[in-house]
Amino acid sequence: MPQKIDNELVRHIAKLGRIELADEQVGTFGRQLSAILDYVGKLQELNTDGIEPMAHAVELRNVLADDSPGESLKPDQALANAPQRDGDFFAVPKVIDDSQ
Amino acid sequence: MVEGDPDVKPIVGLEIHVELHTATKMFCRCPNRFGDPPNSNVCPVCLGMPGVLPVMNRKALELGIKVGLALNCSAGGFSKWDRKGYYYPDLPKNYQISQYDLPICRDGWIEVPLDDGAVKKVRIRRAHLEEDAGKNIHDHADHTGVDLNRAGVPLLEIVSEPDINSSHEAGAYARAMQRLVRWLGASQANMQMGHIRFEPNINLHIASAGKTYKTPIVEVKNLNSFKALEAAVAFEIGRQTEEWRADPEGFSLEKLSKQNRGWDDVRMATVFQREKEEAHDYRYFPEPDLAPVEVGETWLESIRSQVGELPLQRRERYIKEYGLAFKDADALTQDGPTGDLLDGAVKAGADPKRSVNLLLGRGAAIANERGCQIAEIGLAVEQLAELAKMLADQEINATAAAKVFDLMIAGRQNPRQIAMKQGLLAVTDAGQIEKWVDQAIADNPSAVQDVRQGGKKQKKAFGFLMGQVMQKSRGAAAARQVQDLLEKKLGGGQQ
Repeated sequence: MPQKIDNELVRHIAKLGRIELADEQVGTFGRQLSAILDYVGKLQELNTDGIEPMAHAVELRNVLADDSPGESLKPDQALANAPQRDGDFFAVPKVIDDSQ
Repeated sequence: MVEGDPDVKPIVGLEIHVELHTATKMFCRCPNRFGDPPNSNVCPVCLGMPGVLPVMNRKALELGIKVGLALNCSAGGFSKWDRKGYYYPDLPKNYQISQYDLPICRDGWIEVPLDDGAVKKVRIRRAHLEEDAGKNIHDHADHTGVDLNRAGVPLLEIVSEPDINSSHEAGAYARAMQRLVRWLGASQANMQMGHIRFEPNINLHIASAGKTYKTPIVEVKNLNSFKALEAAVAFEIGRQTEEWRADPEGFSLEKLSKQNRGWDDVRMATVFQREKEEAHDYRYFPEPDLAPVEVGETWLESIRSQVGELPLQRRERYIKEYGLAFKDADALTQDGPTGDLLDGAVKAGADPKRSVNLLLGRGAAIANERGCQIAEIGLAVEQLAELAKMLADQEINATAAAKVFDLMIAGRQNPRQIAMKQGLLAVTDAGQIEKWVDQAIADNPSAVQDVRQGGKKQKKAFGFLMGQVMQKSRGAAAARQVQDLLEKKLGGGQQ
């Protein structure tokens, strides 16, 4: 059965995605997400008894690379798009230290 | 409040993150190297740029399987990648590539030697590959610095079953795991470099008044040393016992389920961590950018053939075959290559004990000075075998052998040539030795008298005379010959 996306769930998903939603947007997204789920829910009508679950949409296996170093970027290139930097570090809003 | 001594059984499971020793990262070919300048080993893939394609590192996959096989897991077969939602700046894709329902290794066990000589079997639930996060640097008040050199470094997460029942067992298990991954060449497992990190899950099963209580499970995050691991487990056992005493019905697994706590190294205590809201809602889903892997029998067997003899098996063999003391056998099986040197020398005809004395004498001293393993000081099997044979044949004495040892590892030269060149070969010429012995006897009448009279002073006096002869020969006289001759001249057989 397709899941009904209520306001609480919309807020939860937004929080997990670190997305800020205005109150009036919550209803809009709830309706849109429900419509998407309803549409995809059509797949539920198929009988998949006895069919192996797919791990991937393409049938490729073992796409592997050798363990030999290639080129990395220079720190200046790596930091070129950073909104803020501190020397050669990315500077981001203060994070609580997880290790403390 | 519960009084008296209830029967408290600690139940501990351990998650260990091990950084794999590869040249490059898990999904891109940036170097996997500690200590480089910040953000110098990064590329569009590990920076999480849009439109990039990660490609799995074959070596990391094989090392993960190798560890799993050594842990008696079912490994290989069909395995796939999953995304785990992770919104922190140290992993810029906003998800971590990991393995959820089809890890590369499952259902194994490891035998852990305990201090009292017993062996504890701990079951392994799974071991899966994932990528490490970068490093957040917290030394500024107004922002956090992020270095992404470590982002994407290959990790193996090894998850035990909750078979561990004390802080000592937790420490012993962690040490056994460190030794194993080093042994296999899967990781350098260096604590200071953060190559190995622990997250214990701890609760208590308490039998009291005919009822069994279970306390809430606490996961202590990111412990970086054996000491911190043992202290955190011990602290939690104490803390949970107290909390349960205060409220046996309320402080329960059923009511409080699972909590995260951090470790405060200064206070030596676990501390409550404000629950990151919905932190456990990782929203795993299959990683579309990576093809699944299928490791068939042939490939698996070729990895299995690289596993070889494991540390505990080898230690046992050294005790049985070479007659070594436990302590020596243990010291020689901390890593693979050091024992390989010993085995190589014995195979070349050297006496095991003399080889061990060289390895654990000057070898260990030099390794200790340099902060490396004995196998890394530059000693070749042929050198060790030759020098041990020279000792056995009394062509060189122990003092001179130590000198030759130091010289031969520096220059990779043959020990016999060094000894000849430096004049360190033992003097075995009977006439020459007799001269030194006679001189020592003539010079030291009171010691000679002590030996001849026997009694308490005899042993010491004989040793003194031995020393005098060795001194006269500048350490070069063949010691056994000196001893025999001294004994003969002083009346024979006192020693």
